[in-house]
Amino acid sequence: MTGLRATLAYVLRQPSGAVGLVLVAVHLLIALAAPFIIPYDAATQNAAAILEPPSLTHLFGTDRLGRDVFSRTLLGGREAMLISTLSAICAMAWGSLLGIVVALAGGLLDAAVMRVVDAMVAIPWILLVMLFVAALGSSTAALIPLLGFSYGLSVVYLARSAALDFVARDFVLAAQVRGESRWTIAVKELSPNIRDSLAVQGAMQWSWIFLAVSSLSFLGMGVAPPTPDWGQMIADARGIMRTAPWTVVWPMVFLSSLIIGVNLAVDAWAKALGIERLGRTPQS
Amino acid sequence: MTLLAIDGLSIAAAAYGPDAPPVIDGISLSVAEGESLGIAGESGSGKSTLLLAMMGLVQDGLHRTGGKACFAGVSLLDRDDRELTALRGGRLAMVPQNAGTALTPSFKIGQHIDEALRLHTGLAAVARTRRTVELLRQVRLPDPESLLKRYPHQLSGGQLQRVAIAMALAGEPQALLLDEPTSGLDVMTQQRIIELLGEIRSQRAMAAVCVSHDLGVLAQLCDKLAVMYAGRIVEFGEAGRVLAEPRHPYVKALVASVPRLSSISLPRPIGGAAPGLSERLAGCSFLPRCSRAGSDCTGQQPPLQALRPGHLVACRYPEEATQAATSSPAPVIARPAAEVPVLQLENVTVSYRRSSWLSPQQQPPAVSGLSLTLMQSEILALVGESGSGKSTVLRAIAGLWPLAGGSITCSRAADEHERRRAVQLIFQNPDSSLNPRHRVEEIIAQPLRLYFHMGPEEIRATAMRHLASVELDPRYLTRYPAQLSGGERQRVAIARALAAKPSILLCDEITSALDVSVQAAILHLIHDLSRSQGVAVLFVTHNIAAAAALADRIGVLHEGQLAELGPTAAVCSTPQHSYTKTLVRSARAWTDQLPPVS
Amino acid sequence: MLGLIVRRAASSLFTLILISVVVFAGLEFMPGDACTAHLGRDGKGAVLEACRARMGLDAPPVKRFTQWAGDILRGELGTSMQREKPITEIVGWRLRNTLVLSAVAALIGIPLAVLLGIIAGLRRDRLFDMAASGTALVAMTIPEFVSATLLILVFAVGLGWTAGVVTIGYKAPLLEMVSAAFLPAVVLSMVLAAHIMRMVRASVIDVLKSDFVLMARLKGVPQQQIIWRHVVPNSLLPVISVIGLTVAWLLGGVVIVESVFNYPGLGRLAVDAVGDRDLPLVQAIALLFGITYVVTNLMTDIAALLLNPRLRTYRA
Repeated sequence: MTGLRATLAYVLRQPSGAVGLVLVAVHLLIALAAPFIIPYDAATQNAAAILEPPSLTHLFGTDRLGRDVFSRTLLGGREAMLISTLSAICAMAWGSLLGIVVALAGGLLDAAVMRVVDAMVAIPWILLVMLFVAALGSSTAALIPLLGFSYGLSVVYLARSAALDFVARDFVLAAQVRGESRWTIAVKELSPNIRDSLAVQGAMQWSWIFLAVSSLSFLGMGVAPPTPDWGQMIADARGIMRTAPWTVVWPMVFLSSLIIGVNLAVDAWAKALGIERLGRTPQS
Repeated sequence: MTLLAIDGLSIAAAAYGPDAPPVIDGISLSVAEGESLGIAGESGSGKSTLLLAMMGLVQDGLHRTGGKACFAGVSLLDRDDRELTALRGGRLAMVPQNAGTALTPSFKIGQHIDEALRLHTGLAAVARTRRTVELLRQVRLPDPESLLKRYPHQLSGGQLQRVAIAMALAGEPQALLLDEPTSGLDVMTQQRIIELLGEIRSQRAMAAVCVSHDLGVLAQLCDKLAVMYAGRIVEFGEAGRVLAEPRHPYVKALVASVPRLSSISLPRPIGGAAPGLSERLAGCSFLPRCSRAGSDCTGQQPPLQALRPGHLVACRYPEEATQAATSSPAPVIARPAAEVPVLQLENVTVSYRRSSWLSPQQQPPAVSGLSLTLMQSEILALVGESGSGKSTVLRAIAGLWPLAGGSITCSRAADEHERRRAVQLIFQNPDSSLNPRHRVEEIIAQPLRLYFHMGPEEIRATAMRHLASVELDPRYLTRYPAQLSGGERQRVAIARALAAKPSILLCDEITSALDVSVQAAILHLIHDLSRSQGVAVLFVTHNIAAAAALADRIGVLHEGQLAELGPTAAVCSTPQHSYTKTLVRSARAWTDQLPPVS
Repeated sequence: MLGLIVRRAASSLFTLILISVVVFAGLEFMPGDACTAHLGRDGKGAVLEACRARMGLDAPPVKRFTQWAGDILRGELGTSMQREKPITEIVGWRLRNTLVLSAVAALIGIPLAVLLGIIAGLRRDRLFDMAASGTALVAMTIPEFVSATLLILVFAVGLGWTAGVVTIGYKAPLLEMVSAAFLPAVVLSMVLAAHIMRMVRASVIDVLKSDFVLMARLKGVPQQQIIWRHVVPNSLLPVISVIGLTVAWLLGGVVIVESVFNYPGLGRLAVDAVGDRDLPLVQAIALLFGITYVVTNLMTDIAALLLNPRLRTYRA
């Protein structure tokens, strides 16, 4: 019953929520504004300026190929954020739909579908992606349906248990007795009650998927060079950490601050909406 | 010697700030050795908070704002937990309301009692086991030795309540506090628990304090009675006296609102609702609902004055000391003469959910061989305990559960869709039968849209009409269920059912979750609506007195079969089946303590 | 109760069969096959035909599946395209190493998490809780490759305590493997412990509000006894099965951690196999991970059954 403004106010009143929201906002701004504010092009290599420490000309120093670390860092989140957003939408869409349908249907359909979902969830998402890459090669576009599918599996569990909470309630029973169609029950009775919970879960899934994308980029299977990406930058810098720590520290700071910010904000948001138990693992 | 002494105790909610309305306000009570005190009150009266305070416990979010409580000279509320551990469970013991959730799930039954013995007696392990078996036998639990090894989730509600009593007795208490000792139990189990408690008290000469919303329980268990309303004691005296000649207007109305078999007529409801914490007034809290209010009732809370030695009333205009309620109950509208059957059940059998290959045990059918006919505008009550199959019958009629045998015919309905409209079901729990995200208008709009395809303006006008028929005014249209009281929610549920213009109303224990005075109002409402709109009602309840007050005919269900069916007066005065006889007898023992209403 | 265990095991078996079907069928739907993947641009004409014949890829899908399944049951996982050796030989040692890594991570993480979770739950919103929950949040949200890199930065580069990356071979003796697994296990256990700590904490907070804890207070049970006899056992019981799920899920993190530390386990093997476009090998590793997940869940569910009396009755 709390409006959007009331929820926002509640979130901001908590110190952790405020910090989180600020971090997310800053990152969003940077991601949007980056192409216009970076001093150097991210892909330009400069053989003369390899591994230079931070200075006034290169705020964060340069990397192995002479590229400006500052520019690359500011741009580094964009592609991953875009992939994550699209995948999260995909995951939430098909996951919630299936979860709700299965919760309403119950019985044999529920049992059968969940069995299959149980089996598919046993294979870690990363191996799924690796199977694909091994068969067909690396592809950034393919990541979206792959991750959307993989994380959608956890959303099925979450949506199903959220819906089951309400399916047993008398008012849903009352609607069934009245003779309302399944569709009406799902839309009019269930969704106003689980909307909030699903929205929060959606944000959580986003942060998991973002982690996944970064990890894949680290392994060379995610965002493809020359597009800058934090995970990729950290991987590149592994061998030279000792001598040129600035190549690895800045991407790590940006990456961590975004994820921590999202998590803090989502935690506070969940509290604002009165959602107590926020599933932390992808399957809980 | 006074064992328990409460003096001017006030407890308020910390969240509301320093001027917070108190949850309990200026309570003074004392209990002597061997004496038993009953504290009566409906929800919101503060009785549970008072009981916990008697154990020295003030819950989180509440704090004491004045007064004190002492047990045998030991001050209870000034000490921290550590100092009270010897007292609690020992000389001063409590029997909780819901034994099922009050027992630690990971402890075996034996362990529960053994823990109490270990803490409060000096017995060695072997002696403790022997004593545990003795205690279980004292509370009349069969086969105590095997019970020791079982877990709480394996026992029934009644058995668990007895275990809780045994656990309380383990420490040889001088005083026993009982929190709603019979709530959630069937009528017959309730009766047995009360008998057990009476026995124990007389054997041990123990003092007892019993909190309950059920006047019948208190009438049987207690010597003295205090009635609470909105956090204060409004009347106090000898139990029999207070119930027979109540002087405070609230107490008088409360006593009149309890349905009883001794006078089969609708109990009188109390108009309005008890004030919530934030609605408490400066003057007398009962003022908005009182028919005797005078000009000086608004200024200050009326003090407790003795009308007679030992009988105290907090009222400036107390009632006269009459034997029975002076005003007559509301007139019963005569039933229209039509004898058209609207619902026919022939040899109906319903099973519980089919046991799959996962649970090999065979479940007995919930209902078997049930045949009855419901006439137009008739009110038929189905009475039975939990497990008797009464709810199952309703669900089967509503189409929720398939029939394993027999047939159900609804003569007013031509097809499936019509049948769904003509037969409406109202659920027991008003908290879960309304969608928390819908406003009242939307809730009532749904059947209007589904069955009559009404547009928005028509819906609004019709909804207002239906609300009026359940005595709610139009401003309720924009409210959410969370903003309504239990009684109000149930009225909305009834309005929703009536919006479909049904010929048959199925009521599944619709008053069981409500306070007694609210229950009386709902019974009246159902009765009036049935008569005025010609709707037949099938009223399921475990309370035969309520059934008798409302219904034209009563059917008694026992273990899935119809034990008896007949006109109300006949069934209640001359029951034929042995089960019905026991039921009537238990109910009478219950309410015959209360004075008849003319 | 034996019946319940048998049923649970049968259920797991069924899941395993489903997994193998999924792994197999998933690849069938993708364009190309093991040969086109491995040969890449060279995969045309006669070379492709020869490869397919060698791998038996010209048979119809169902026949290939039964052949494959049969092989697995006999302990043969096929042949690696790149290394041209039986896969079973290749994965054997590395499976051991990954199991060692997971076991060390679990042994470090779980007891620590349970203890911290209990204390945090008991001292809710006070200093310990805020510190512990805050640390847990950070540990959970930072990706494994970041924390791994950070640890290497600190311990290897900064302090020079360890070499950072693992240098021993995959066949090294058990004890050496355990000590090599230490730093990678710390990374894994950080994430594991953070999740479990939060769950235990939430469970403890829930139990503290329950009726039976209030009853224990009213019975005069001293505070310490309430905590250790009433609160802790009842907080942990519901969490056991979920702990199993978390451990199993962590297997995904193993791939990344092994890559960063160059640890000779299944995860690193999988990364190499992907680089080689060695489909049968990746397939086999996916299957092994699935099996490990199912077995871990089975074990924790059985543990839960044994410890929690409420689960033992047939549900009506």
